[in-house]
Amino acid sequence: MANIFAFAEARNGELRKVALETITAARTLADSTGGEVHALLVGAPGIGAKAEQLAQHGADIVILCEHPGFTQYNPEATAALAAERIKGGGYRAAVFTTSAQGRDLAPRVAAKLGVGLVTDVTGLELTGDTLIVKHPMNIGKLIATIAIAHTPAVIAIRPNTFTPAQTPTAGRVETAEPVGDPSASRVVVKELVQGGGGKLDLADAPVIVAGGRGLKAAENFKLVEELADAFGNAAVGATRAVTDDGWRPHSDQIGQTGRLVSPDLYIAVGISGAVQHLAGMRTSRTIVAINKDKDAPIFNVADYGIVGDVFEVVPALTAAVREARKGH
Amino acid sequence: MKIAVCIKRVPDMDVRFRIGADGTSLDDSGLKYDINDFDAWAVEAALQLKEKAGQGEVVILSLGPDAAAETIRKALSMGADRGIHLKTDRIPFDGFAIASALVSELKDGGYDLIFFGKMSPDSSNGVVGPIVAELLGLPCVTAISKLDIADGKGTAKRELEGAQEIVEFPLPAVLTVDEGLNTARYPSLKGIMAAKKKPLDVKPATLGENKVTVQKLELPPERAAGRIIGEGSAAVPDLIKALQTEAKVL
Ligand SMILES: Cc1cc2nc3c(=O)[nH]c(=O)nc-3n(C[C@H](O)[C@H](O)[C@H](O)COP(=O)(O)OP(=O)(O)OC[C@H]3O[C@@H](n4cnc5c(N)ncnc54)[C@H](O)[C@@H]3O)c2cc1C
Repeated sequence: MANIFAFAEARNGELRKVALETITAARTLADSTGGEVHALLVGAPGIGAKAEQLAQHGADIVILCEHPGFTQYNPEATAALAAERIKGGGYRAAVFTTSAQGRDLAPRVAAKLGVGLVTDVTGLELTGDTLIVKHPMNIGKLIATIAIAHTPAVIAIRPNTFTPAQTPTAGRVETAEPVGDPSASRVVVKELVQGGGGKLDLADAPVIVAGGRGLKAAENFKLVEELADAFGNAAVGATRAVTDDGWRPHSDQIGQTGRLVSPDLYIAVGISGAVQHLAGMRTSRTIVAINKDKDAPIFNVADYGIVGDVFEVVPALTAAVREARKGH
Repeated sequence: MKIAVCIKRVPDMDVRFRIGADGTSLDDSGLKYDINDFDAWAVEAALQLKEKAGQGEVVILSLGPDAAAETIRKALSMGADRGIHLKTDRIPFDGFAIASALVSELKDGGYDLIFFGKMSPDSSNGVVGPIVAELLGLPCVTAISKLDIADGKGTAKRELEGAQEIVEFPLPAVLTVDEGLNTARYPSLKGIMAAKKKPLDVKPATLGENKVTVQKLELPPERAAGRIIGEGSAAVPDLIKALQTEAKVL
């Protein structure tokens, strides 16, 4: 029997979807040892209202730390608290998320504990004393199987890989005090700038419509936005060619030097399918490509392709999706 | 301002990779290598800070086999002042082992800033910078896309998913660089000539203990070949049908 620690990522007082995925991944590990999942939730006073959601997804104990110093992400105070709880808890593994916050936090915690760490984990299994994980390398062209013999093993799971499962527990809440004074942290987040005007983010959207240079000009991106709107649950992405030209912000870029996404549906509009772009989206469940060049490499990874001009095909598709979703 | 930039030599990703005979490493014959993009932006950031200050030193640090020296020379030809090559036959996957080796070199360096790229595309782990910061006890800001340094303090913008954070921190500090911070300059011919004469220290790397080990490398399963539904907007109804009945995403 070994317990598993999970970090429940929140931003601006809201749990992120990845938090539930992290609890789900931790639950699988805990079930294989007959242990419990202990989830750490930190935030401004009031964040405790989210503890119930964590219990619904498999947290046996929610370790809750509410403090005004956690209103924004507080890397130093959060790492200090997480490391202390993990050290005292005798956990077999500590599960974080491969997000901007998780990539910042997990290595800090692993370094404080002096233990091994793997990020971007897409599979996990406890075998005896060793945690074995899968981790894509070389932009997903290789898959490594990696052994973490240290206890606790620190891992960060890849978003959209561990589907949040409903595994309700009684979910006890234990309150925790911060380690030291969170207001005394050297690294201070002064402001959170929300991007995208309330539209869905790439990390959370089950559908992504992404545009490339085939759209010819920034203003034509409205074709992509309209198609995303028609789905109702879609985010807008872009290639580097497009973000370099300033048609879209860098944060929309998908690929090797951009975001890693794996939505249920990815629609590539006027995108050639360069290897650096594929690196960010090839794990999407279903891929659709619209390109006028029938030899474009994007068709090699697409489940469904339409050879045609985006200016003709996309408006027709938008209308058809609207029609199909009527009544939703 | 004394600035260190830690850089890595990484293979060009635009190839079909082969797995080495040991099953756990890459067969690197025929691969082309260059500086990691994120690291090139880190070098550029350091050079810009030095130029703005009108003085200072930019030191390039790289851990790797003999050929890492080429990558250091490239950064020197961009304008960095000197290089340190921590030599090891094979770069381990383990971020902790790498960070420990870098820390033994960085700890008495008196650097005001230590830059890293936010990750490298080969290991795809992205942990070395923050581990180095923890081991040195320095403040750390990851994935920055904007940076201002004034009066011993820094302000940076960090890229999140669909949002950004404005972060303040004191110097000395460790920073990891995301895309968007700048565009890396190309070495000029003059820079390339000058780089040949710049000092490059070679020392054996003292790697920390490996806490994680790669047991196996595999090629991912191929995506099953898809199908072209048709041409032009006439193909839209069939696509809708496929999304509804086969993919079940509509
Ligand atoms: C180190 C490195 C890192 C990189 N990282 C990334 C990354 O993270 N993400 C990324 O996306 N790229 C990245 N790139 C760039 C990448 O190599 C490609 O240049 C880029 O993805 C191409 O974008 P694109 O498909 O929009 O443009 P293009 O390659 O120009 O393709 C445009 C496509 O649109 C089609 N088209 C044109 N007009 C129409 C029309 N009217 N109707 C239909 N189709 C049309 C064309 O047939 C073509 O296939 C990186 C490159 C390097 C070297």
